[in-house]
Amino acid sequence: MSLIEPIEPAAALEVRNLVTELRLRRGTLRPVDGVSFSVAKGQTLGIVGESGSGKSMTCLSLLRLLPRPGGRIAGGEVVVAGTDLTKLSDRELARDWRGRRISMVTQDPMSSLNPVYTIGDQVGAPLRYHRIARTRSDARARAAEALGKVRIPSPEARLHDYPHQFSGGMRQRVVSAMAIACAPEVMIADEPTSSLDVTIQVKMMDLYRQIQEETGVAIVLITHDMGVAASICDRIAVMYAGRIVEQGPAKELFRNPAHPYTQSLLSAIPKLGEKRKRLYALGGQPPSLTAMPKGCRFAPRCALADAKCHASYPGETNLGAGHRTNCWRVAEGGAPHAA
Amino acid sequence: MLLEAQDLKKHFETRKGVVKAVDGVSFALEPGKTFALVGESGCGKSTLAKLMLLLERPTSGSVRFRGREVSSLRGRALRQFRREVQAVFQDPYSSLNPRLRVGKIIAEPMLAQGDLSRAEIRKRVEEALEVVGLPTTAARLYPHEFSGGQRQRIAVARALAVRPEVVILDEPTSALDVSIRAQILNLLSDVQDEFGLSYLIIAHDLALVEHFSDATGVMYLGNMVEQGPTEAVFGAPAHPYTQALLASAPRPDPDHVLPTDVIIGEIGSAMNVPSGCPFHPRCPQRTAQCETVQPERHVSAPGAWARCHLLHGPAPRPASLRPDQLERTST
Repeated sequence: MSLIEPIEPAAALEVRNLVTELRLRRGTLRPVDGVSFSVAKGQTLGIVGESGSGKSMTCLSLLRLLPRPGGRIAGGEVVVAGTDLTKLSDRELARDWRGRRISMVTQDPMSSLNPVYTIGDQVGAPLRYHRIARTRSDARARAAEALGKVRIPSPEARLHDYPHQFSGGMRQRVVSAMAIACAPEVMIADEPTSSLDVTIQVKMMDLYRQIQEETGVAIVLITHDMGVAASICDRIAVMYAGRIVEQGPAKELFRNPAHPYTQSLLSAIPKLGEKRKRLYALGGQPPSLTAMPKGCRFAPRCALADAKCHASYPGETNLGAGHRTNCWRVAEGGAPHAA
Repeated sequence: MLLEAQDLKKHFETRKGVVKAVDGVSFALEPGKTFALVGESGCGKSTLAKLMLLLERPTSGSVRFRGREVSSLRGRALRQFRREVQAVFQDPYSSLNPRLRVGKIIAEPMLAQGDLSRAEIRKRVEEALEVVGLPTTAARLYPHEFSGGQRQRIAVARALAVRPEVVILDEPTSALDVSIRAQILNLLSDVQDEFGLSYLIIAHDLALVEHFSDATGVMYLGNMVEQGPTEAVFGAPAHPYTQALLASAPRPDPDHVLPTDVIIGEIGSAMNVPSGCPFHPRCPQRTAQCETVQPERHVSAPGAWARCHLLHGPAPRPASLRPDQLERTST
């Protein structure tokens, strides 16, 4: 790192060259293929990408929740507070880390809550499991406290309610309360607002911001919605076909997207208040995991691709202020504009 | 007017009470134009779409197609209506039968009509595939052999094959990825221009609606709270609910700050619709009057109206309604 680079705040989570493999009967696939990023304390990193880009697999890898048998981390490091989680045994990871210091919020609040247990039992469960609460009444008190943190009105009274007695937005708050109950350093949120209506979504995003201010938790937010990413993230990483093709500070990435894929994603979405016109439509579809292109994985869909792009994968080009991209066009000093 | 709803109501009786899913909605779809219905989940927009497709029958009110009452059609007349009004649904994974080849899927509505020869049907299947940008060889394959975007093209081909006048699009792109979404939206625009189709689109993505529609209706708990040309509704939203929806929409702009005070709480229940203005419990601008008196419609811009006590414009007089119908629809 050169002296001109601003000193980045201490990373709460650092992922280096993560590779995840899925062994299937028809062969071994690599849904995550060399992913590196870091999130500072109190900051939010957005990972954006389309379905199949590997963003959810990246998250599941961080928590070692990969499908079994077949799924495994084949390389790289996941460092939280100086500890490489990939080196831990399953037992150590479950006992001291997962749900304790690195937690997760999933997309669908209905399927991540058990319909036959009360909210109090479910929010209290991680507290009991990680022995933060030693007694039932202590777990209850702390669960109520967590529900209060996610702004659920009269939390004590609602401990005895079941998931079906909550609305969709309130359920997502309950799931978030479970995730922050043990005061983790890192919270991974996989599409936490995409099943919610916009007026509820805006409140959830505000809630995450408040929780972050209060607790300093680092958040990794997975989303396919560029609008959601723009409104809550400090940094953004764009994934395509198992790799991060561009990452940088949110403002910089939206104002000066460097990678042709990022550019076409931003031009493909209709924007409010914009004159009605034909949308830029990216042709084709992402490559299949079983038939990855040899060179740049976006090359088959890229208007600017040439022989070099098809032949080999581009290295990383540093554009300053933590803005990086993997594109031959950028590496050669051109300013690509595909869309 | 091509397709019209007049004071349409759909109430469902349940053990716990009556759900007023659609409660007195009127709107009209003009030939060759696109009318969008927006609103949060539970506002009744999907029930309204089913009513317009005659998949559900209204509790009261009427559905008119080319000025003719159609809401009680049966048998042959209903089949004729289905030829004119087709649909494309949200999820191309569940809307295509996985056991049928694509050719059969596209042919089915024509087979149901029962008046075309096999050769004619085969020709129309090929034409439809061509229109949506798929090779004619696709007819021999099964849905699982296609990606999500291609499946939605198949669903569009199926709707087009019977040569309808109106296509009802229920969240046609929300199951698709961003880059595929633009392809399908452009395709829908192209076929609309080519065949002079009218669209009724249901969507929750406001930017998409602004981009895609000519007129917009905003629904809240079974009621239409604001309606008018899309430019007016989006450019100068008059109802506090429309204002809140637009302000809450996340924008791909890191400088845009989302407000947190434009709306209170969550959508109410259609089983227990609040008195007065149905939006009043969530409205930051409510007054005592809003809690008891249901607001009338007030003109908010040329051709646009909103139901809100804060407005003082005159009542709208839609050209599509005959004077004898006015009283019924403006209550």
